[in-house]
Amino acid sequence: MKELLIIAIGSAIVNNVVLSQFLGICPFLGVSKKVETASGMGGAVVFVITIASFITSLIYKFILVPLKIDYLQTIVFILVIAALVQFVEMFLKKAMPSLYNALGVYLPLITTNCAVLGVALTNVQKDYGILAGVINGIGTSVGFAIAIVIMAGIREKIEYNDVPESFKGTPIVLITAALMSIAFFGFSGLI
Amino acid sequence: MNGCMERIYNGLIKENPTFVLMLGMCPTLAVTTSATNGVGMGLSTTVVLVLSNMLISMLRKVIPDSVRMPAFIVVVASFVTIVQFLLQGFVPSLYASLGIYIPLIVVNCIILGRAESYASKNPVLLSIFDGIGMGLGFTVGLTAIGLVREIIGSGKVFGFQLLPLADVAAGKSGYVPVTIFILAPGAFLVLAGLTALQNKVKNNAAKKGKKVREASGCGEGCASCGGCSGKVFPTGNEEE
Repeated sequence: MKELLIIAIGSAIVNNVVLSQFLGICPFLGVSKKVETASGMGGAVVFVITIASFITSLIYKFILVPLKIDYLQTIVFILVIAALVQFVEMFLKKAMPSLYNALGVYLPLITTNCAVLGVALTNVQKDYGILAGVINGIGTSVGFAIAIVIMAGIREKIEYNDVPESFKGTPIVLITAALMSIAFFGFSGLI
Repeated sequence: MNGCMERIYNGLIKENPTFVLMLGMCPTLAVTTSATNGVGMGLSTTVVLVLSNMLISMLRKVIPDSVRMPAFIVVVASFVTIVQFLLQGFVPSLYASLGIYIPLIVVNCIILGRAESYASKNPVLLSIFDGIGMGLGFTVGLTAIGLVREIIGSGKVFGFQLLPLADVAAGKSGYVPVTIFILAPGAFLVLAGLTALQNKVKNNAAKKGKKVREASGCGEGCASCGGCSGKVFPTGNEEE
């Protein structure tokens, strides 16, 4: 139990997926203009990464390893994730329209979010079992959600600031990200 | 042959993936802690890009339009796996320092973007040179960022100590490295400076009345990555 807690906190805060591993930079910069959309994206990512890390752990353990084709992991994982995202989208559309309306637009964007593939590959690299893999997935995606929501909150305030001409747009967002990254370094002594 | 040279010029300068298009930001930020890593990542990506452009261009009349995205992904992922094995076998030190970012070449926007927008529509030879140009452009971008971060962050160039370090205990004066530049925040800071520079150039050009092409980068929302963010498997009800 203690180990699982360490994995969760480690992946959510200490090794934050965006601010220290640089995965999922695209949505982090692209969809962080408003807190509302950012939390929608965060929710969708938590949802998809949790399912994806469960499914990929299962496939790795029960299909790839017994058949000794674990070197095909990259190819298999990316196809599984792409198919999974679309399946989730179709399922939500039919079964839970309200959730689909909240998350729908963000789902297709997630396929190429490298955080999803990153989590699947980290699980394999670190020899996590299925439960530890899912916990790592939840931790990582919650870390992403935290980062993107904080970023959106700051960006809403930046709107009113007097930013130098050249730094308007992406540069000031990147500087904010750098400062957030420094702040998250403070957690590095936590575990 | 002229067309081939034009492709290389296009990839290196006119549409440089790092400095102009701002594509593939994840590896750009993550592996540029040193110039050596930048070169390694850039060349690995180049190899994958050239081979996948070649194969996709050869198969462009065979792959049905409706399943082209999954087909492209399988092609790219296969080459990435091959490159991963080669690195693991022949350059284990680079393999260790690039780590998880090698398999993540699969989701690099540049590769799927070129496959979708160039290789799937053009003849084989031109596609190969397009891959070389874009790949070299990416390598130059990564190496440049890596150099800046390495010099400021540790006073080294390609692992060679360029600026002699200060030694307080021995009373020797010298360069005090700004370690933050080789840590995570440094990546964001360097990229921020770079994009600000790009904005400045664009603004100046706009003032002179020149028409500037919009960069299709992540800053402007990832939806503009085109092929990367669309639906991978067709469901039959896209509004295309």
